[in-house]
Amino acid sequence: MILTSISNRVNKYFWLSVLSIFLLPISTSLAQIKTLDVADKTLDNGLKILVLEDSRAPVAVVQLWYRVGTSYEHEGITGLSHALEHLMFKGTKSRASGEFEKILAVNGARNNAFTSQDYTAYYEVLASDRLDVAMSLEADRMRNLVLDEKEFKKEIEVVKEERRWRTDDKPKSLTREQFNAVAFMNSPYRAPVIGWMVDLETMTIDDLRDWYKKWYSPDNATLVVVGDVKKDEVFAMAEKYFGAIKKTPLPIVKLRTEVVQKGVRKLLVKAPAKLPYLRMGFKTPGVINAEKKWEPYALEVLSNILGGSNSSRVTKRLVRGKGIAASAGSYYNGFGRLPDLFILSGTPSKGTTLDQLQSELIAQIKDLQTHLVSEKELKRVKAQVVASEVYERDSIENLASILGSFESVGIGYKEVDNYLPAILSVTTEQVMAVAKKYLVEDQLTIAHLQPQALVVETVTENKKSKSATTVAKTGGSK
Amino acid sequence: MFKHIVVAVLLSLWIANVSQAAPKIEHWKTSNGLSVYYVSAPSLPMLDMELVFAGGSVRDGAKSGVSLLTAALLNKGADGLTADQVAEAFEDVGATFSASSNMERSSISLRTVTFVEEMESALQTWLKVVGKPEFPEQDFKRTKKQALIGLQAQKQKPGSIAEKAFYKALYGDHPYGVSGSGTEATINAMTVPDLKAYYQQYYVAKNGMLAMVGAIDRKQAEVLAERVSKVLKVGTKAAAVPEVKPLTQSKTVRVDFPSSQSHVYIGQIGNKRGDADYYSLYLGNHVLGGGGFTSRLMKEVRVKRGLSYSVYSYFMPQGQLGPYILGLQTKNKNLDEAIKVAREVLIDFVEKGPSDEEIKQSKQSITGGFPLRTASNANIISYISMIGFYGLSLNYLEEFSPKIEKLSREQVVDAFKRRVQPDKMVTIVVGGKKKS
Repeated sequence: MILTSISNRVNKYFWLSVLSIFLLPISTSLAQIKTLDVADKTLDNGLKILVLEDSRAPVAVVQLWYRVGTSYEHEGITGLSHALEHLMFKGTKSRASGEFEKILAVNGARNNAFTSQDYTAYYEVLASDRLDVAMSLEADRMRNLVLDEKEFKKEIEVVKEERRWRTDDKPKSLTREQFNAVAFMNSPYRAPVIGWMVDLETMTIDDLRDWYKKWYSPDNATLVVVGDVKKDEVFAMAEKYFGAIKKTPLPIVKLRTEVVQKGVRKLLVKAPAKLPYLRMGFKTPGVINAEKKWEPYALEVLSNILGGSNSSRVTKRLVRGKGIAASAGSYYNGFGRLPDLFILSGTPSKGTTLDQLQSELIAQIKDLQTHLVSEKELKRVKAQVVASEVYERDSIENLASILGSFESVGIGYKEVDNYLPAILSVTTEQVMAVAKKYLVEDQLTIAHLQPQALVVETVTENKKSKSATTVAKTGGSK
Repeated sequence: MFKHIVVAVLLSLWIANVSQAAPKIEHWKTSNGLSVYYVSAPSLPMLDMELVFAGGSVRDGAKSGVSLLTAALLNKGADGLTADQVAEAFEDVGATFSASSNMERSSISLRTVTFVEEMESALQTWLKVVGKPEFPEQDFKRTKKQALIGLQAQKQKPGSIAEKAFYKALYGDHPYGVSGSGTEATINAMTVPDLKAYYQQYYVAKNGMLAMVGAIDRKQAEVLAERVSKVLKVGTKAAAVPEVKPLTQSKTVRVDFPSSQSHVYIGQIGNKRGDADYYSLYLGNHVLGGGGFTSRLMKEVRVKRGLSYSVYSYFMPQGQLGPYILGLQTKNKNLDEAIKVAREVLIDFVEKGPSDEEIKQSKQSITGGFPLRTASNANIISYISMIGFYGLSLNYLEEFSPKIEKLSREQVVDAFKRRVQPDKMVTIVVGGKKKS
């Protein structure tokens, strides 16, 4: 599975009242950051449109987000949202398979789509004067997709190849996939986005037709446009292309709240590999369900102090200091549709076991539970967040993705505005409080990847010398 | 950077080549001979800098891996600061640092906000790292261990094994054929003096160039460039990379590896930066395997037959002749068919060339999409680094589309016939036995 970083927020305003985050006084400097101004509008059919004007370059990104992904699927049909995403490129009633791509290509557009647990999104990046091309195509395939059985049979083979490539032949990916299935019992986050192979093998065109009919309705979608555009023109264009599409009744989304974990879960994954790998995850709340609004932000800060960067504790103490990890880090996903995990992962250095690395990481958590982090560490994280606020505006696609994901998971794009002040108001006491409350053993899942012998044999053959020579054979690992 | 949500997403299409646009590039030399390329980008309060040297793995010599280790050690102690202190100094002001080494380039980068105090603090730390790295023994030992782990990591990835084998088979003893990650033997034998020697020879003003994109004006840029060049020794320009000899016969390497897919690389010597055929080959390859879903390889291998998730071809121009690579992955059982189809597409393309319609569409796609290539500061700095490093025209970005526009079908056919020889190619296959 590709792990694409999508930074999680954009904010309209800079909170100039909280300026002491840098080591140096910078009150005059912060005022240089221009405010972002997202405009929204909802059409009569329920399609929501978000527009952010950015005229740095004569280009625009159009993203159409549907609220459907793996977390809407159930056992037996995993991977359906992603397979449908592939079929969305295979023609509509008025456009043959392949024509879509051709039209975009001759217009100089770059396009693709992505599926996650919580959404399926399609996008085009193109010269801003060709916005209507992207809009008309997206509107067409929202309602007029032809799901042809022959196309499906070929494309599902492509999806299986994608699965082999992303997961089956990659020991770490395989471990992550099995880890999720153990960490979650009934939450749909247990299933891989690409789907289990057996589900891909038994998937039918009717499954896709059903899925398309159920979820691809304008009131289940968000259109995000960022770039050198005018918001009123975008709204008018959206009305023109999408306005006539009638909404269809949406299925009720069942709760499927994860059952309370009753103790640590452990799994061992054996696969041909050279390197061991450790993955640990604690059940944590997200913005969507946090009892206290500050908690997810405190977890976000905690993750950054613990393992998010080159000066974070895990890097400093375990990678550089003790030298027991070749690499290690942490991340927290508090911005999904459902509560997710706080993850710690790493590869031990030579001579260190997975158990040793695991206890060192646990010791770091204990430290966070018993000692307040320093003000200096907290300030550093906040300084990085402010700077990132600037950097992420360098990419219109990044900006669009932040808006689209917040809106699609149900948090709402306006919460994006709250990210910075929420991070800036986190205290050292709050960091300790969430460490104590959530990073507890009973809520933990641990996976060890134990490498199995990997036998490799090389044969070289030159055209003129027919006799093949066995050059090398190596066996064993560890 | 760090506070990002990581969301698991699956891209449905494969993106092979991403690319460039037309901002105004300004160029000058500092008093001690460092070449500077600068683009003013006042909209966002940020600055990107990249200092590039003619280094890279081609200049590793017998000490394979030395350029990579040198880059990795730069921020592990400089001018009295420890690795931890360097990391903190950058991150205290939200700056990001990186150092890298590829085939023939060694670079050091910085991204910082342009608020006066933060920028100054980030620059001071950066200049220490650039000009006074200390290569502490302890950090060196640890980094060596990590490099050895990195080698192990490559050995569990069929794609990495295939890539290494491809370069080795294609370039033989030429330095382009030697992996920049080194070998267990060369990494184990490496010493701090090796790194210092590499640094002293190649990280010098006359062997480098500085690219800058951001919210600083020309005057600030000039002052800054002087400061950068002052921390560097003047030095001398590195010797050019030796010429590359093309293959005279085909060659196949097969590696049995316990994976469900076979990874395939097919290729030969391609072109170089500033090559007379650069644009013809670029346009032709767009039709063949560089144009994403509209390319012939994608249509035949993936769309019509469902044989691979990703299939592509690209030229990777270097200072000398870089590789031309065609790649795909398919389940072991389909290996022969996938190679057959890919080769047929290639051979047919070289023999008959693209159609007029294909040429027209690819031209529209390349030129119409050109503004996308310089839409961000990150895009722009990677272009000006390339332009500066290879001494290409300052008008490269403006000229790109017109040059593509005026090519004829015949020029493309001719260039492919002269430059691409399907009967003299390297084929690498890394994968499992063909049972399932």
